[in-house]
Amino acid sequence: MTGATSAPAGPLDGPSAPEAAPEAAPEAHWLRRWVADLAMGARFALGGGREGWTRTVLTSAGVGLGVAVLLLATSVPHMLGARESRDQARENHGATETEKSDRSALYTYTDTEYRGSDVRGRTLQPEGSDPPVPPGLSELPGPGEMAVSPALKELLDSADGELLRERLPGRITATIADEGLLDPVELTYYAGSDQLTHGGAVFRVDKFAEVSEPAPIPALLLLLIIVICVVLLLPVAAFVGAAVRFGGDRRDRRLAALRLVGADSRMTKRVAAGEAATGSLLGLAVGAAIFLPLRQLLGEVNLWGIGTFPADVRPSAGLVVLIAFGVPVGAVLVSLLALRGVIIEPLGVVRNAGVRRRRLWWRLLPLVAGLALLVPLLDGLETGQTSVETYQIAAGVTLVLIGVNALLPWLVESAARRLRGGGLSVQLAVRRLQLDSGTASRAVSGITVAVAGAVALQMLFSAVVDDQQRHTGQSPERAEMLVTVPATAQLSEPEVTAGLAETRGVKQVFGQTTGYAVRADQNPDDGAVDSVTVADCATLRELAKMGSCENGDVFVTERSPQEEPESVTGAKPGAEVNLAMPDYSRPEGKQQREPVLWKVPEDARTVKGRTDPMGVASEGILATPAALDVSRMPGASVDVYVRTDDGVADAKEFVRNTAAAVGPTATAISLKATSTTAQFRAVERGLYAGATGILLLIGASMVVSTLEQLRERKRLLSVLVAFGTRRSTLAWSVLWQTALPVLVGLALAAVAGVGLGTVLLRMSALPFAVDWGNLAGVTVLGGLLVVLVAVVSMPALWRLMRPDGLRTE
Amino acid sequence: MTASTSALLTASGLHKTYGSTPALAGADFVIHPGEVVAVMGPSGSGKSTLLHCLAGIVPPDSGTVHYRGKELSALSDARRSALRRADFGFVFQFGQLVPELTCTENVALPLRLVGVGRKEAESRATRWLERLEIDDVRHHRPGQMSGGQGQRVAIARALVGAPSVIFADEPTGALDSLNGERVMGLLTDAARETRAAVVLVTHESRVAAYSDREVIVRDGRARDMAGAV
Amino acid sequence: MVYSPRMSISHTLLGLLESGPRHGYDLKRTFDQRFGHDRQLHYGQVYSTMSRLLKNGLVEVDGIEAGGGPERKRYAITDAGVTDVEQWLASPEKPEPYLQSVLYTKVVLALLTGRDAAELLDTQRAEHLRLMRELTRRKKDGDLADQLVCDHALFHLEADLRWLETAAARLDRLANVVRG
Repeated sequence: MTGATSAPAGPLDGPSAPEAAPEAAPEAHWLRRWVADLAMGARFALGGGREGWTRTVLTSAGVGLGVAVLLLATSVPHMLGARESRDQARENHGATETEKSDRSALYTYTDTEYRGSDVRGRTLQPEGSDPPVPPGLSELPGPGEMAVSPALKELLDSADGELLRERLPGRITATIADEGLLDPVELTYYAGSDQLTHGGAVFRVDKFAEVSEPAPIPALLLLLIIVICVVLLLPVAAFVGAAVRFGGDRRDRRLAALRLVGADSRMTKRVAAGEAATGSLLGLAVGAAIFLPLRQLLGEVNLWGIGTFPADVRPSAGLVVLIAFGVPVGAVLVSLLALRGVIIEPLGVVRNAGVRRRRLWWRLLPLVAGLALLVPLLDGLETGQTSVETYQIAAGVTLVLIGVNALLPWLVESAARRLRGGGLSVQLAVRRLQLDSGTASRAVSGITVAVAGAVALQMLFSAVVDDQQRHTGQSPERAEMLVTVPATAQLSEPEVTAGLAETRGVKQVFGQTTGYAVRADQNPDDGAVDSVTVADCATLRELAKMGSCENGDVFVTERSPQEEPESVTGAKPGAEVNLAMPDYSRPEGKQQREPVLWKVPEDARTVKGRTDPMGVASEGILATPAALDVSRMPGASVDVYVRTDDGVADAKEFVRNTAAAVGPTATAISLKATSTTAQFRAVERGLYAGATGILLLIGASMVVSTLEQLRERKRLLSVLVAFGTRRSTLAWSVLWQTALPVLVGLALAAVAGVGLGTVLLRMSALPFAVDWGNLAGVTVLGGLLVVLVAVVSMPALWRLMRPDGLRTE
Repeated sequence: MTASTSALLTASGLHKTYGSTPALAGADFVIHPGEVVAVMGPSGSGKSTLLHCLAGIVPPDSGTVHYRGKELSALSDARRSALRRADFGFVFQFGQLVPELTCTENVALPLRLVGVGRKEAESRATRWLERLEIDDVRHHRPGQMSGGQGQRVAIARALVGAPSVIFADEPTGALDSLNGERVMGLLTDAARETRAAVVLVTHESRVAAYSDREVIVRDGRARDMAGAV
Repeated sequence: MVYSPRMSISHTLLGLLESGPRHGYDLKRTFDQRFGHDRQLHYGQVYSTMSRLLKNGLVEVDGIEAGGGPERKRYAITDAGVTDVEQWLASPEKPEPYLQSVLYTKVVLALLTGRDAAELLDTQRAEHLRLMRELTRRKKDGDLADQLVCDHALFHLEADLRWLETAAARLDRLANVVRG
């Protein structure tokens, strides 16, 4: 057997050796024999002529794609971790008190939004010679200066950024380095100022990286992430499994030739294992070769405002080791498993698959086991909960999806067995499936898992999104935007309102001054707080239902039984209230203000409060400007609801620009009837991107197996054409043959997906609902894939149908 | 044998080159209704290519093939396919039966191709299987039969559409002599009975002995031996 | 057409003369070299054959070397002799077993005399096939004994033809050996 490794000649030269060798040292050298057999497999993979070579290329390309996806997936934890640590390093949420010193600075958030993109903004004002500098900067920008991220700089320099430039007029003196950015596409800036005064939203900092423990990922989100990982990675595994089997038929015939020259069946298995291992090892190399440039490419990608630094895309070492060992081992196991149904005889290959009918019962086992893991968790997940039985859920979902996968071949087989009738092309397709449905099922199984998972996820998503929407309750039809100016800006409501009313694209404005009060006889720190709103009658009507209203009137809102007892509230006619609430932004001990006393007029009318456009119920004291002078309300902020003109493009950007001009602390927000948190949005987008990629991967493997099958039938196709068979008949038969398993797979996926979705919904105590539109969308996507595969296979089919096939023998 | 008026299929001056290898270099051929003509010659001499050109499967580079007065190369690919469906039958050496279809379905295939309904096609197929004494395997798939049974199925399939010409390319090539003899006997008897002409490509003289005359193909040219002796 | 397999020696010698006049001794040596693998020609056979050919006017005496016995006669072929060889080569042998030697002789002679050996083979095959067709027909109508007998004949005829075909395939090489 020693000759096998050294002989450089053709594949059939080596195996004659084993017959000669065994007597020499059969036991002492079993390891050497193993190594030699594996090496021979490797040689087949690398040098087995064009056929062996093609097979190796296909396998390694398939495995490589899978490995690249796995490497990418295992990089996600580090990607998120690095992002988060950079995020923490640059923030200071002002949770701790800081004394004014040489090393302190005033700090406020000036985040804004520009044409749907979030822009993170911070304004800083040093209070001494040694102020804190956030990561990515060498010094703070001076007053009127800005340091911006590269992406923001690009935007501001472009024509697209003109309107934003008006809002951020500072001179750009520095670019924020990578360590101060979440990702290369992030829009962020630091502005210098000398206008900030301490208090309100302006707080004092003397360092960064001052954040409380990051909010743990909510249980629901965690559930989603677990399911997404399972749903996206399982098809990749299925794909790698299919890639390892590419060209199996030819390999079997080659092994038969090996047996003819004296190899025993165990030896052929070892040779097959060597071949599979070689293909998958090459696949690992290909995967790395794909991953490395892909990583660089990710730095250029801006997917819905989220990007990545190539340096962040770093798979964790443990998982890399797992992939490096797991993929070849898995590949070998899959090939050996595939050989189980095949008897390789010296004179040919006997396939006993197809004769044996598939049994149902063991195929149901994983499904049952998965459900057994998930069912005890029903109703067990609170929305606010932060820890979940991660492994139990992941295992349960995985088992259910694997169970669906196991069920598919059985279903395709029984569907094909039951099908009768139809035209010739259908008959050809059905008969083909009846004889060998395994190949077809394997190609489709990835789709089934991906679609079942996607359906379940979508159900969970829409439920979660609905859940979020119920908490929103904003009414954009009453006002699209809300501009808020805190008291520290020292601006009166009419000034702000007038400025906004003149802004381009604004139809209507409702301005109000809002402060708080406690009853004069109570301690401001722990008394019952009532809101005090001062606005003209037009605005007040938005806040409460009232009959007549004249400047000088005062109203109090009706109380609902759940609220504080009437005895403690100041919101009633004749009550005396203290308008000077403590200023909690000041250090402890300096928060109390001088009391400002005001008596609610005896003739104040009681009215029924309305919800304001923000969705908050109005309550407390509502006063017209003539009844209460707003200058007596320390700490009151100005809120202006803005109605914009839909016909004016960028109306909201003009409003934001006006608000920004008011001062760094003025904020302008858009009201939305629905709101999903950014986290959920990002996860959902990731899912769609992943699912699309997976479907394309599966499409690729289906094309390969279809082409392979066609090539196998080259002679038959030529004979059929010689008979005068219409090419279209054969083309249709290919389409049916591809479509039938996919249809069965999609139907199964829809049922399984809705089932799994229901379990997940019950688990998170969300109401059952199926978004049939989405379900149809996913199914249509699968159908498109069939068409795509058929269309891509057509040129090859046409070529194979030429009469040349008759000549080959 | 020179009366070209009664000829069913005539070819003259056929040239065909694959790549740089000439397969046919000016071959002529005539066959009359009900005639069995053996095409013989060494391997690589162009026998099969001649058959492919005669059947309109491969268009010749130059030269003409006339079937019932129609020039084949003047027809479109679709028309030639239609002609092969309706008027020609084929038997090859192997690999011609659709492995997924049962015998009956395989035999019914040509009828289905010309639009005969499934039931009718399969009942006609069954009658042919009975004639060729293989109706016991009619529900078997090709993989479950012996080579001889498979070739008989192929012959049934070639005959089922009542073709005017049957093209048989080494029909007994994969069979032992006794099976080959049976297959040839069945083929020629059935052909004579239905007045179908048979173009029989073979390199075996015992098979060629079932023919009425032989044509020798050598170096891409065909030599009709009918008048030679 | 008269089949006369026994005449093959005279035709062979005649054919050998076609390439040029030879002595009787020379004729025997060439014959033995080319065709006499299993049995050599007696001198007597050569002389008796030559005298018959002389009588029939197919050869003539080209010259006699001085002091010579009969072996010193030099023979040349006549036009009638050439025609006779021509006819012999063109007429297929009656298909029957053990024709190899005569067929081989014909092929070699055809090559030696620059004739188309492929033509010869095709003609012979046609003749074989004619008989084989007849046997095939007879077999179909006959009883078991007939079938067995016919099979025997058919297989032998087939073997002949196979050999002929192989010979045809080897013609180029054979031509070089013979002419060289």
